[in-house]
Amino acid sequence: MKRLLLTAVALAALSAGAVAKDFKPAVIYDMGGKNDKSFNEAAYNGAQKFKKETGVDFRDFEIANDAQREQALRRFARDGDNPIVVVGFSWANAIQSVAPKYPDTDFVIIDATVDAKNVRSVTFAEPEGSYLAGIMAAMASKTHTVGFIGGMDVPLIRKFECGYIGGVKHADKDAKVLTAMTGTTPDAWNDPVKAGEIAKSQMDQSADVIYAAAGGSGTGVLQATADASKLAIGVDSNQNYMQPGHVLTSMVKRVDVAVEQAFKDEQQAVKDDGKSFKTGEQHLGLADNGVGVVFDKYNKDLVTDKMKQAVEEAKQKIISGDIKVHDYLTDDSCPYQSS
Amino acid sequence: MVWQTILDLLESTVRVSPPLIFAALAGLFSERSGIFDIGLEGKMLAGAFAAGAAASVSHSALIGLLVAIVVSLLLALVHAFASITQRGNQIVSGVAINFIAAGATVILGQAWFDQGGRTPQLAAGERFTTVDLPYAQWASNHIPVLGPIYEHLISGQFWLTYLAFAMVPFTWWVLYRTRFGLRLRAVGENPAAVDTAGISVTWLRYRAVMCDGILCGIAGAYLSMAMAAGFTKGMTAGRGYIALAALIFAKWRPVPVLFACLLFGFLDAFGIRMQGVPLPIIGQVPGQFVQALPYILTVVLLAGFIGRAIPPRAGGKPYVKER
Repeated sequence: MKRLLLTAVALAALSAGAVAKDFKPAVIYDMGGKNDKSFNEAAYNGAQKFKKETGVDFRDFEIANDAQREQALRRFARDGDNPIVVVGFSWANAIQSVAPKYPDTDFVIIDATVDAKNVRSVTFAEPEGSYLAGIMAAMASKTHTVGFIGGMDVPLIRKFECGYIGGVKHADKDAKVLTAMTGTTPDAWNDPVKAGEIAKSQMDQSADVIYAAAGGSGTGVLQATADASKLAIGVDSNQNYMQPGHVLTSMVKRVDVAVEQAFKDEQQAVKDDGKSFKTGEQHLGLADNGVGVVFDKYNKDLVTDKMKQAVEEAKQKIISGDIKVHDYLTDDSCPYQSS
Repeated sequence: MVWQTILDLLESTVRVSPPLIFAALAGLFSERSGIFDIGLEGKMLAGAFAAGAAASVSHSALIGLLVAIVVSLLLALVHAFASITQRGNQIVSGVAINFIAAGATVILGQAWFDQGGRTPQLAAGERFTTVDLPYAQWASNHIPVLGPIYEHLISGQFWLTYLAFAMVPFTWWVLYRTRFGLRLRAVGENPAAVDTAGISVTWLRYRAVMCDGILCGIAGAYLSMAMAAGFTKGMTAGRGYIALAALIFAKWRPVPVLFACLLFGFLDAFGIRMQGVPLPIIGQVPGQFVQALPYILTVVLLAGFIGRAIPPRAGGKPYVKER
């Protein structure tokens, strides 16, 4: 009985502590780590930008294995961090079970949808951005053969693949698309050696532009294509600078904007002392500049005016709805033929 | 077309096999002297990290290679000290080395370069590049069959690749044609007899484990400076264990080691190449199956075809001179 009472008191103390809602932004990365030069790094950049603009520091954490997910979330929530942004679809289960227990903390998950009152789910229209990347790949290819290398074989990466194939076919309907995944376990995000070998295998099959949607493994693809004087397309962050002159473009997902926005919204919400933090689903597409392809000084010699024009045209059509880019997740299949 | 595919597959095999060959030969030296080495993976990983780190700091591929060898050698000496001098359990010591390498590389990498356990991307001069042999293009165009083989398989590889293949006959020569090799094999079978002949078992085994360390370092350097451009955490991805399997597969003999490694390399290349390609009769095979194929084949081959693999008789047992 005594123990029960104690627990009750402890619980009350805990929840009392959580009522006073503070603004203590935090971000937790996925297995790739915050310096993966791609997906997680984009989240870090967003948080960093917020810090620079507002002077408010943020807390961040890199998990080392799957078991740490719930543990880290609980610790952050208990410490009163708010909002807590988690980066990556693998966080969905952890958020699902932790978020309802901390109703006064706002959570933001990127790349997955979680149905809870205090969770904002940010997803991106990867197929739309990949479609544009596909158009550029097809126009840059001399052999009419282009490649796609995914990271871990999951529906999310199939989304990239499917949109890309659609774009390639849009620009060149006879083009062939070679596709491969680096692996089927989370290690596949971190195996540049294998990804590089896959790139070489695709180049042997005469691919001359390869789109790498493989997180940290993508560096292997960029290296292999640069070594062979072929072209690669980067992903998530702008990777054009990594092999200047050999990266055709990067399909960026503005994870940085999403993170920065989440921090700003929460800051405002706390100031207003209300519950104005918008939760629920937030889908960012071409129209919101949530995805897109990059043109900068590193790829200006690779991109022709014709390419820019074609990309711009397709972009407008996608935004207006004249072109409907298929989303793999809707029916778990891809209508575009890869060869 | 089929010919071209086979050629591509073999070319890819030659590219992915060298780390396996180096590591398996490393294990061969150590295990033939009676010291089991499950720490090939860890030494390779440490070597890969050391190579990436040293090459990016010194801007020299050669220094990277040397540092990789030194670091791997030091870890090998730790293993030797634990299992020869201290007569500890060799499996435990090997596993410990794997864990140390997996953890230390990431922590040091993060502390030194602040890139999430990665080392900076190596520029062209800081890593090994491929060597094009003379007349490769010409031969390919003018000589049927042999010409393309020369161009694809023999030319255009890293010089470390040539070293890997050269190490096989060299290891054979050392083991079977030198006094050191004879003693090394003897000490793995019957250390008491070697001791009786007035040769130091300890020193002999130390030397064998040092050979092991050197070769593992080269294997690691190949990964981070030839196949990739820089170290990534956990980049050995189980290659050390595959090399160990190849060693057992080959019943601890150098030439079969080469073929076992090439087989594993081929299966790897095959898995990469056959992803999403429809096969006759069966149709499209799921990618997961193709990727699991090397492991399935390993189990089948190990279980059914190679017969009994008998390890060196004194393997795993610390040598005690007198009771």
